[in-house]
Amino acid sequence: MKKRYSVFAIAKEAARHHLGWERAWAAPSPKPKYDAIIVGAGGHGLATAYYLGKNHGLRNVAILEKGWLGGGNTGRNTTIIRSNYLQDPSAAIYEKSRSLYETLSQDLNYNIMFSPRGVIMLAQTQAEIRGYQRTAHANALQGVKTEWIEPRRVKELCPIINLDGPRYPVLGGLYQARGGTARHDAVAWGYARACSDMGMDIIQQCEVTGVSTEAGKVTGVTTTKGDIACDKLGIVVAGHSSALADMAGFRLPIESVALQALVSEPIKPAMDVVIMANTVHGYMSQSDKGEMVIGGGTDGFNNYTQRGSFHHIEETVRALVETFPMISRLKMLRQWGGIVDMTGDRSPIISKTPVGGIFVNCGWGTGGFKAIPGSGWAMAELMAKGEPGPLAAEFTVDRFKVGKFIDESVAAGVAH
Amino acid sequence: MLTLTCPYCGTHADETELAPGGEAHLKRFGPGSSDEDFEDYLFRRANPKGVHFERWRHAYGCGKWFLAARCTTTLEVYGTYPAQTTEPPEHILETIAAKRPGWSWEADT
Ligand SMILES: Cc1cc2nc3c(=O)[nH]c(=O)nc-3n(C[C@H](O)[C@H](O)[C@H](O)COP(=O)(O)OP(=O)(O)OC[C@H]3O[C@@H](n4cnc5c(N)ncnc54)[C@H](O)[C@@H]3O)c2cc1C
Ligand SMILES: [Zn+2]
Repeated sequence: MKKRYSVFAIAKEAARHHLGWERAWAAPSPKPKYDAIIVGAGGHGLATAYYLGKNHGLRNVAILEKGWLGGGNTGRNTTIIRSNYLQDPSAAIYEKSRSLYETLSQDLNYNIMFSPRGVIMLAQTQAEIRGYQRTAHANALQGVKTEWIEPRRVKELCPIINLDGPRYPVLGGLYQARGGTARHDAVAWGYARACSDMGMDIIQQCEVTGVSTEAGKVTGVTTTKGDIACDKLGIVVAGHSSALADMAGFRLPIESVALQALVSEPIKPAMDVVIMANTVHGYMSQSDKGEMVIGGGTDGFNNYTQRGSFHHIEETVRALVETFPMISRLKMLRQWGGIVDMTGDRSPIISKTPVGGIFVNCGWGTGGFKAIPGSGWAMAELMAKGEPGPLAAEFTVDRFKVGKFIDESVAAGVAH
Repeated sequence: MLTLTCPYCGTHADETELAPGGEAHLKRFGPGSSDEDFEDYLFRRANPKGVHFERWRHAYGCGKWFLAARCTTTLEVYGTYPAQTTEPPEHILETIAAKRPGWSWEADT
């Protein structure tokens, strides 16, 4: 059992020069066989493992990661958390997720720095006004607390905003006061520590290169650290889902593209809400370190390089400078990309597959950080019982065949 | 930035001059086809880590659709060719095979 993190632990360690901290998770070698293997130690894979253990008592579990844990999109995103989606199945899973975030630090005994500072999605066109008012009404029916706010209120909440941009005026916004941000690495690290503590094996630098099946059922995986057998396999690899599906012999309605973000030099506190401007594909919040964290739009072509095209960054920043004139002189420190997994209806897939014992969780695209706890919860239930529970029921891969889409592609087709 | 040569007007066009159009050489299924074929046509994609054939439009140039062969892990472009074909032309396949021994074209079924 790991030592608990607390104010007393900090005081105790301070008194002995911080020499007593333990490793947060173990670095085991793979065993020959597990009850369940999760491929991908991003937030969704780790949360799946965590709830498999916590909610379903399944602990003979390995999480295999080709790089380092949390090094995929989970460590590359702009950390916006909200649940103001349009469709009922989305509202259910994103709101479950947001509410789990509220107490996740206590649950994991790991400070994930959830900061419900409020999220405003700006309406900058007439179509967006109608769209967001419709979403506010839908949210009211779903029991998700959001509200439509007028420009004056936007300005009160975010004084650095320019309401009267000639090209992109601010006409109002959809406001979710309990949305916000969390520390992305901490979410992965907190789940990893808890999984390791339950006796699960997190194996890093271990790439899955093949999937073995027998009579239409999974028997194990081939990896760069040898063959490992399993009864159940969860594929939770975001942008790499098509590659894993290919190894297992099926195909997914997914395309992988690059999504970029960038951060400025740190400045004094200037904004304490998250602002999303979907018309211009721009998003901005201020990190605890003082950096302005800015997210952009996706590239239009298939890409696995974790690098995006420069002109997208340029377009995002050009538009945001009009809405936030004060950022025009900021130096940008870093820019990076992640490979996101896009579905046709911009909703995720949490589903059984054509191969027995293989389950897939993917398609979170540009907006799955907010969904990590809820997605892990739903995926664990699916893997433990073999059938989806109420949260995952609508997110099957079959919906593309029967035409039961969960359309969240709204005006901009991007949602963080 | 991605640069592709338009096979019609010969322009070396920047990505900003082009509009991407997704996977190429898809077989079209419509009314009367099975649900599986129709679903595959609309949504299932190869999305390979490696050689990808795709559609592009020279949007701010001649306006025509053309096809490109590109690697999604290195961003190397193997070539572009006119869209009036159901398979990649021989010279494109040879270029790719020369650079990636063991690779071969498989029609999407
Ligand atoms: C720039 C950017 C900004 C974003 N902003 C937001 C935002 O503001 N809010 C929000 O909610 N979402 C946002 N997202 C989306 C969010 O980051 C993702 O949806 C989410 O992190 C996906 O988590 P994951 O665990 O599924 O994937 P990942 O974190 O990518 O984890 C998948 C893991 O699988 C591993 N893997 C892949 N192939 C193999 C293999 N063969 N063998 C073993 N391991 C393998 C990878 O190395 C990786 O670590 C953003 C994404 C990006 C790129
Ligand atoms: Zn042309």
